[in-house]
Amino acid sequence: MREYKTINKITGPLLFVEKTKPVGYKEFVVINLPNGETKRGQVLETSKDHVIVQVFENTQGIDKNTYVHFSGEIIQMPVSGAMFGRVLSGIGKPLDGGRDIIPEDKRNIQGEVINPYSRKTPDEFIQTGISTIDGMNTLVRGQKLPLFSGSGLPHNDIALQIARQATVRGEEESFAVVFCAIGITQEEAKQFMNEFEKTGALERGVIFLNLASDPSIERIITPRMALTTAEFLAFEYGYHVLTIMTDMTNYCEALLEIGAAREEVPGRRGYPGYLYTDLATLYERAGIIKGKKGSVTQLPILTMPGDDKTHPVPDLTGYITEGQIFVSRNLHRKNIYPPIDVLPSLSRLMNSGIGHKKTREDHKSLSDQLYSAYAEGLDLRGLATIVGKDALTRRDQRLLSFADSFENTFVQQGKEENRPIETTLDIGWDLLSKLPENDLTRISSEILKKYYGRGEPAISRS
Amino acid sequence: MEIGSKKSKRGPRIFKVSGPVVVVENLDGRMYDVVLVGENQLMGEIIGIDGDLSIVQVYEDTEMLKPHDPVKNTGHPLSVELGPGLLTSIYDGIQRPLPKIAEGGPFMRRGISIPALSRDKKWKFVPTKNVGDIVNGGDAIGYVDETKNFRHLILVPPKISGKITKIEGGAFTVTETVCVLDDGNELQLMQRWPVKKRRPVKNKKWPDKILITGQRILDTLFPLAKGGTAAIPGPFGSGKTITQQQLAKWADAKIIVYIGCGERGNEMTDVLVEFPELVDPKTGSPLMERTVLIANTSNMPVAAREASSYTGITIAEYFRDMGYDVALMADSTSRWAEAMREISSRLEELPGEEGYPAYLASRLADFYERSGRAETLMGKEGSVTIIGAVSPQGGDFSEPVTQNTLRVTKTFWALDAKLANRRHFPSINWLKSYSLYQNNLSPSLEKEFLGWEDNRKKIMNILTKENELTEIVQLVGSDALPEDQQLTLEIARMIREYFLQQDAFHPVDTYCPLEKQHLIIKAILFFADNAYKALEMKKKLQDIMSLQSKTMLARAKFEKDYVKYLGKVVEQMETDFNSITGDEELEGI
Ligand SMILES: Nc1ncnc2c1ncn2[C@@H]1O[C@H](COP(=O)(O)OP(=O)(O)OP(=O)(O)O)[C@@H](O)[C@H]1O
Ligand SMILES: [Mg+2]
Repeated sequence: MREYKTINKITGPLLFVEKTKPVGYKEFVVINLPNGETKRGQVLETSKDHVIVQVFENTQGIDKNTYVHFSGEIIQMPVSGAMFGRVLSGIGKPLDGGRDIIPEDKRNIQGEVINPYSRKTPDEFIQTGISTIDGMNTLVRGQKLPLFSGSGLPHNDIALQIARQATVRGEEESFAVVFCAIGITQEEAKQFMNEFEKTGALERGVIFLNLASDPSIERIITPRMALTTAEFLAFEYGYHVLTIMTDMTNYCEALLEIGAAREEVPGRRGYPGYLYTDLATLYERAGIIKGKKGSVTQLPILTMPGDDKTHPVPDLTGYITEGQIFVSRNLHRKNIYPPIDVLPSLSRLMNSGIGHKKTREDHKSLSDQLYSAYAEGLDLRGLATIVGKDALTRRDQRLLSFADSFENTFVQQGKEENRPIETTLDIGWDLLSKLPENDLTRISSEILKKYYGRGEPAISRS
Repeated sequence: MEIGSKKSKRGPRIFKVSGPVVVVENLDGRMYDVVLVGENQLMGEIIGIDGDLSIVQVYEDTEMLKPHDPVKNTGHPLSVELGPGLLTSIYDGIQRPLPKIAEGGPFMRRGISIPALSRDKKWKFVPTKNVGDIVNGGDAIGYVDETKNFRHLILVPPKISGKITKIEGGAFTVTETVCVLDDGNELQLMQRWPVKKRRPVKNKKWPDKILITGQRILDTLFPLAKGGTAAIPGPFGSGKTITQQQLAKWADAKIIVYIGCGERGNEMTDVLVEFPELVDPKTGSPLMERTVLIANTSNMPVAAREASSYTGITIAEYFRDMGYDVALMADSTSRWAEAMREISSRLEELPGEEGYPAYLASRLADFYERSGRAETLMGKEGSVTIIGAVSPQGGDFSEPVTQNTLRVTKTFWALDAKLANRRHFPSINWLKSYSLYQNNLSPSLEKEFLGWEDNRKKIMNILTKENELTEIVQLVGSDALPEDQQLTLEIARMIREYFLQQDAFHPVDTYCPLEKQHLIIKAILFFADNAYKALEMKKKLQDIMSLQSKTMLARAKFEKDYVKYLGKVVEQMETDFNSITGDEELEGI
């Protein structure tokens, strides 16, 4: 009944359909091709004159004989508590040979906005076993903390290590993982799949795969399906869900494509002006709700085009997420794993997750001190290459060698190495104890008394 | 577009839906009238009229709205409710109370209409005028003690005046009439005001009183005046929100209006959790009791985000009209500008720079113009201070929102990612920031703290000098500098670490009274003077730098009993310098 054969124009992923009965904004659309194929889409604009439909798959084969069917509903997806172990396509079709999801409920994939008044501040420390994260950019349950990386860097290894090792101390239960591949390569996807199978994470996971070879427009809905699943598992079933979304840059490229097809006025560098708002509708779906048991923690991964952090994708992401972890090409070249550059990295929720009773009383000041000493050391490293090491004061030389040992012992660790937070903090103290106590102005005298020079003997103060 | 031709037969109907913008046909409305769109009666506002078509921005998600859906015009512009009950509230961008909405579940639903001020709660009204008195717009007819420390004056709405024929005290809800004028006008505890219209004042004055923030770098180096404007631009993670929250906590204003405009949900939660527990150092009451929160987070509808700034500033003006000092924080004005851009682009308006509408500059100017120190209609003095965060894309201050903001704001606190990366907080760049209020504020500060102005200049000189010296160090290395210049670098380091750095999360350091700021500076300068002298006497820099009093000074900011502590530090300095220079005379402090 609400099916029309009135396509008037097709540009890029967009269909312009005429002479329809009133159609809803964002209504779900099924497109029936003459050859029997069906595709899916969504209404982007609706008026008495025409309706613009965005097709989620590629528009190949669509012609003026194609029927466009308006469903009368918003896009919904079937969800169920029995989704664990399933591997689904970027638009939610089973890829694992299994049956369709038997819906326990149907959910609007746009998600609903959490009332800020109903949120609970995330404050539970997640131990990832990675020192640069736990010690200096602590992740907490319900946070959205992206990895800012570049092509060819081991961000996937880091994400997998986090997924494998993440625990909330004192709790048996491990995280449920929702993995969302957005335009990544077959090999990358395989790396994740193999790992999930090997560690058994798949049994507590749901996987959505949109690969590089899949239609790019599909990418608009893949993360929304993944997040809808994550929310359902978290807020209906009480799971603590870790959602890994990679690569967000591919998602943004898809948005760019739609914007271009609609001939919209672009914002910065050709990206749509609403990129910030659009990304926020994804990232803000992380969190904890008062009175509900579960949580959604997000670990998005994005590759910065040209390693440029001012590119709109990392830039706008950083403005929305609660910090970011920088994967550095420089450290990677030096063979340091995980090549996390702590300086531009940040966890905004760190303060609520650490300290007395949570991790350890010295955690914050230790971290602050490591930051400032390493930052100074790095400045001096630059300087030393120009003027030579000998032109530096003794204090400066000490900081210079601090920076080296920091990278080699604190940052550097094994891919399988799972450091308890105490180990991380103790390594930090070993490093600081090589600096004179007087220089550690970020740390209170009580804390210094208790921790400075513990472990290995401190060097004499000269 | 001949569609509208049959219009006489039909009422207003949706013609087109594109994101937050809905085009309506047959709507007989005026610009900025509020309309109710679709079956769910979603609130919207007319922002353009083009022949038979009206363009409406809708404050809620427009999904599943469709052509032919009905539209209703309320005939009123978007207004806020002003009256007792505003304090401690948290609203969305169009003043709907979030806690009430949360009673229906943790997610925002559409088409909810809940009044901003409770209709059931009774307030004790005490009249201060009598029958027969003549009152004019802006005069107080009485008050309600809204919280222990806040006297909410009940004002005659602007433009209304007359002789009181009836007035009574007692317990009233905000909609019950408490006073009647001879022209029949009935006054309630609550009044409404259209958000896009400034509330009138008698006249504006140049701000000349410092807004004490308890943040050392702000009060000492780049002070803000009550009724002034400040911009805080900075890349992501550089400290805009924390600075705004610090000001919301500690600024010595009577009322705080905090607008979370297109930012994170969790940050609003933070405020909600923290503020009720923090105590206002001036009144001893929870900070929440002087605060109104507006939360329109990044994932909430953009049109309501656009409205949130207006909602906030109107509430601020209302409290100013009672003769109070109000400080308003908007985090972030860039998101507000982006909301304008998004709507403008849906309207297919001719874009200006980076896609922003051509009217960006004038909208920003209009907003900041609503700040100021003013003589209110009733002749009292009140002020609205505006502190706006700016989130420049790519951290680049040359972009349109930052530039247009700097043109109209008089204090510039430039955040610097480099400082943030090394955890130097607040990461305000001391070489780039400025305050145009400095000269006006200095005399009274100088009166209270002898030497304030001189010391400030000395500190700035040392920091500027440090910058020059660092450039030389880049060429020759630190060891090649003569010792007195090395000493300058050390003193500058002391200023940065002992004074400029301030930890928002430290229970004592979070707020630093002016006197403490003054004493720390004095102590650092005292140390500097003596250190230069010792150096002249051929003492070793190394020895000077490892004096015990220096270490003590480093911790001064964490001391609660700072007068006593800094007294001890200075004493120790005297002893220390005596011991390395022998018994030679030292300059007293
Ligand atoms: N004065 C301060 N004291 C201690 N820590 C601070 C201070 N200012 C900022 N920080 C640290 O920096 C982090 C980022 O600050 P903030 O959230 O204010 O950044 P922002 O500029 O608002 O970023 P965005 O634009 O992304 O919202 C905070 O989470 C906190 O850890
Ligand atoms: Mg912020």
